Amino acid sequence: MNIKNTMELLGRWLVLASFAGLIALFLPAPAQAEYADVVINNYADAAGMRPVVFPHWYHRIRFRCKVCHADLGFAFKAGGNKITMAKIIDGQFCGACHNGEISWSVENCGMCHSGVPGTPTQIHGSTVQRLVAPAYKSLQDGKPADAQDKPADKVEAKPAK
Amino acid sequence: MNSTLKVIAMMVAVMVPAASAVAAETQATKKSMELKEVDSDANKVSSANVFNRLLKKPKEKNAAPPEDGIHDPGNEGSHVLQPPLVSYEGLPTSEFGNYVDWVQSLQKGLLNPRYDRVDPSVEALVMDLDIVREVKASMPDVVFPHKPHTQWLHCSNCHPKIFIPQKGANQINMSAILLGQKCGVCHGKVSFPITTLSCKKCHSKPKPDDWKPPLSSASVKNPWR
Repeated sequence: MNIKNTMELLGRWLVLASFAGLIALFLPAPAQAEYADVVINNYADAAGMRPVVFPHWYHRIRFRCKVCHADLGFAFKAGGNKITMAKIIDGQFCGACHNGEISWSVENCGMCHSGVPGTPTQIHGSTVQRLVAPAYKSLQDGKPADAQDKPADKVEAKPAK
Repeated sequence: MNSTLKVIAMMVAVMVPAASAVAAETQATKKSMELKEVDSDANKVSSANVFNRLLKKPKEKNAAPPEDGIHDPGNEGSHVLQPPLVSYEGLPTSEFGNYVDWVQSLQKGLLNPRYDRVDPSVEALVMDLDIVREVKASMPDVVFPHKPHTQWLHCSNCHPKIFIPQKGANQINMSAILLGQKCGVCHGKVSFPITTLSCKKCHSKPKPDDWKPPLSSASVKNPWR
């Protein structure tokens, strides 16, 4: 009897422990990415490509904000420009420089499309992401704000629309 | 019922070591170890009674792309990208954001980013005008310096869409900024973020010595006062 009980307990413990392990494995590793790295995943996942990671820091060392955000017309919003490869090869957005003249050209797919698949569009490390509770949830969504009880590192930023 | 459980247990028990071996090189293992420890503690005492339950883990500063959790280490391109620390060498530091003081770097001439896409000789159109915004509450008043902003940006980036260029025409509050409006269009996303360490960068003009915070009406009407 005792042995059976012990086995059962052991079984349950195993199940629990292994589920915890599994969950831990599937949780995204805490992102340590650079402040202001932009993940753009409007269309990439659906097209079978990794999402694009745009490093702001790298570009601001070489260009002032004005060049992209005034001259090239990039909106101040992650994913807000609806950039496609068709626009890029037409010389719009990234294509204004990534054309083989100012910077490397579009054949280097993996240099931009380098994000972890499934990562939503976001500005990494933004203040909104750092808020402990979700910043704003419309009442129309009809869902309770249950995320408030979760530890901060499990609350995922909502993908920008 | 029991047999199903055992089958699941066996399957999972086989899967876990295999999967964790794959992730052994990454931080995922560390994370799972932490989680397991927390779980085992949870059997003894409520896991709610810990310090900093809602505080994010301290981040490893300026991680290289393949280790930063956003770039896919399985992508060869991720390993070719420049690690930020290589670029930041010699730049003045700050306590938040990229941990680089970008404005200082530019003003000291350590960086000379182009103001034009192709012509490196184009000079920025800089305007030196400070705007003081009085703050109702006890925080120091806000001084908005046009100079560092125009060194990076063009007038049209902010005016008139984000800020109407007219005194008193712009309602600004911290809630809006935290949610990414007004100053928050850039601050908290790219330019220095809103943290306890950075308040004084904007709230920089102390109140006059004789200034007293206005009492709330609830306090004035308080019968037990």
